Amino acid sequence: MATITLQQVEKKFGSAYAVQPMDLTIQDGEFVVLLGPSGCGKTTTLRMISGLEAVTSGKILLNGRDVTWLHPSERDIAFVFQFFALYPHLTARENVAFPLQAQSVPRDEVTKRVNEVLKLLQIEHLANSRPAALSGGDQQRIALARALVRRPSAFLMDEPLGALDAEFRETMRAEIKRLHLSINATTVYVTHDQVEAMAMSDRIVVMSAAVVQQVGTPAEVYYDPANLFVARFIGSPGMNLLKGRYSEGVVSFGGSKRLPVPAAWRAAVDQVTQGGGELIVGFRPEAASVRADGELEATVYASDLHGGFSMLHLDLGHENPIVHVRASRQEIYPIDALVRFSLDPNMVRFFDPRTEKALQPVAEVAL
Amino acid sequence: MTATTPRPTFEQSGPRLPVVESIRVDRVHPRARIAGSVRATLAIILSLISLIPVFWIVLTAFKTPTDVTAIPPKLIFEPSLTGFVSLLSDMRLLSQAEQEERSQQPDLSWVDQIALQIGRAINGPSQYARQLGNSVIIAGTSTLLSVVLGLLSAYAFSRFNIPAKGDLLFFILSTRMLPPVVVTIPIFLMYRSIGLHDTHFGLIMLYTVFNLSFSVWLLKGFIDEIPREYEEAALVDGYTRLQTFFRIVIPQARTGIAATTVFCLIFAWNEYAFALMLTTQNARTAPPSIPSILGSGGIEWNTIAAGALLFLIPVVIVTFALRQHLLRGVTFGAVRK
Ligand SMILES: Nc1ncnc2c1ncn2[C@@H]1O[C@H](COP(=O)(O)OP(=O)(O)OP(=O)(O)O)[C@@H](O)[C@H]1O
Ligand SMILES: [Mg+2]
Repeated sequence: MATITLQQVEKKFGSAYAVQPMDLTIQDGEFVVLLGPSGCGKTTTLRMISGLEAVTSGKILLNGRDVTWLHPSERDIAFVFQFFALYPHLTARENVAFPLQAQSVPRDEVTKRVNEVLKLLQIEHLANSRPAALSGGDQQRIALARALVRRPSAFLMDEPLGALDAEFRETMRAEIKRLHLSINATTVYVTHDQVEAMAMSDRIVVMSAAVVQQVGTPAEVYYDPANLFVARFIGSPGMNLLKGRYSEGVVSFGGSKRLPVPAAWRAAVDQVTQGGGELIVGFRPEAASVRADGELEATVYASDLHGGFSMLHLDLGHENPIVHVRASRQEIYPIDALVRFSLDPNMVRFFDPRTEKALQPVAEVAL
Repeated sequence: MTATTPRPTFEQSGPRLPVVESIRVDRVHPRARIAGSVRATLAIILSLISLIPVFWIVLTAFKTPTDVTAIPPKLIFEPSLTGFVSLLSDMRLLSQAEQEERSQQPDLSWVDQIALQIGRAINGPSQYARQLGNSVIIAGTSTLLSVVLGLLSAYAFSRFNIPAKGDLLFFILSTRMLPPVVVTIPIFLMYRSIGLHDTHFGLIMLYTVFNLSFSVWLLKGFIDEIPREYEEAALVDGYTRLQTFFRIVIPQARTGIAATTVFCLIFAWNEYAFALMLTTQNARTAPPSIPSILGSGGIEWNTIAAGALLFLIPVVIVTFALRQHLLRGVTFGAVRK
């Protein structure tokens, strides 16, 4: 098994950055997800780790060994492609055996190990089929088997579920997660589906426009986004972001709408705004609770029912964007009705509008 | 009482619209089946019509000279090898007396007997057998070279970042933009002064150069269609670039390789003008020799037909051997796009 370290790794195509210099250490046995919108450089990062793409500069270490300029075949890494890339002229069994043949493993050993992985993935019955005759899910299982059979030190997966139907995707997601838990191999997994990222990862690397925006556990990325991009990108809908004016411990959003800044944040907010100025307030839909004595007042713009709750879309007026708030499913909120809501002070976040970065609270001052 | 809709029976559950083309249909609508057989019949009729000349060549090759010129043409006759014997041997005419004398000899071989039927005796083997051999060597070697070199450069053009790739490809194609006949005289002069005239190597090189542009372009198209992921998967699975080329690219490109082989072979096999200009004796191939059969005393149609038939056979064999690769395999499409 392996740790993977990227040191100032960057990739340029011509003069355009596909990946800006990035640092990342992936621990042994960790499941790391690269998450980001299309074209942000996830695949390129993965291909650089595998050696299929040369780095423009920087270093890649595998278990402390510098592999930056090693051929892909010398890195002992397995790659699972979005479109499976099963060799169409070989049967499923031959596909799985293919990587072992490169290492000139003796024939009965090959048979034994192929049978083992086929059994592990419960696809023994497919052994003699050609890829073209199989469903997408089964093809991906065989691709996984082919990656597993070599017992590589790390797995790289580029949107392995992207080409599957929604119903298959859930099943396969669980299978991959289970597989990871049972063999505990270092895995780097690329996706642009944040639900997948949240569900599967130990840590998420959020990327956008060739830049790493944040590296953190799913909870960190969700509750403490490092900047406005992550706040908007993670969650559906993303974090509510309101621009307000800060002065003397209170943020106002036009009219009489005011929000006191929790004590823990006071120092940081004072410093950034230099005592008073623009500030961005962020909160998740579930941080708000609709109640008669709430400090913020808004009208109902629309509402929709979800499984266990209803989502209210509220208009705060004064050029504020629509905010999304969770509310009880039992209540009925007619359109244009006036509601009041308050925010859980532990779940409110503040961002500097100039740098777009999140502010850091002063720990435990309030207590 | 509740009215339940009856479950559709197997008979009713087939495709509603006629399925004309599909790979996985076990029940085909009758109308589609009729359309299919009509098309098959038409295809058979058309191919029979286009095979008539070939059929006629085969018939003529097995006729005696008298049967060939019989009017009305004979469809049913006693087959004879006269044509082949006079094609492959050098003969002289016998006088009446000599014929009498030879027919008394008990130890005549079967070829001599056939020659005697048309009043001739065999001096020795003709040039044609040798020329056919030359054709096999020259066309075979140049085809092999065109396909191997073409495959390597097509792979490079398809997969690597080559400086001025577009210009190079255009340049390669531009070698085909001039009608070849235009350059026969300069090439003749060049070949003569550097000693390539009437050599096997000279023709092999010429045919290879002519075919290369074609094979590079054709094979590049086929290789472009093979998704790179296959090779990348093999690379991370521990194979070198060259192993990947042999184990992944070549099996995937075999349709293209088969098609290119057949086209290159047909060109090199049938080439007439250069072979006529650049060879005299040693390296002369079959195509310029067939018309010279015409020359020797009267038009011996059965000999010419035998020559044409022997000439057709090698290409037919190769095409036939490669036929299942020429049909696009069902294997395409295992990478979903
Ligand atoms: N071979 C290449 N040549 C030039 N530009 C490239 C090449 N490969 C990728 N790029 C560019 O690099 C950027 C990052 O591409 P990459 O494939 O890594 O994105 P991604 O995050 O994987 O996106 P997606 O979610 O669509 O797969 C894109 O703008 C892309 O156009
Ligand atoms: Mg990608």
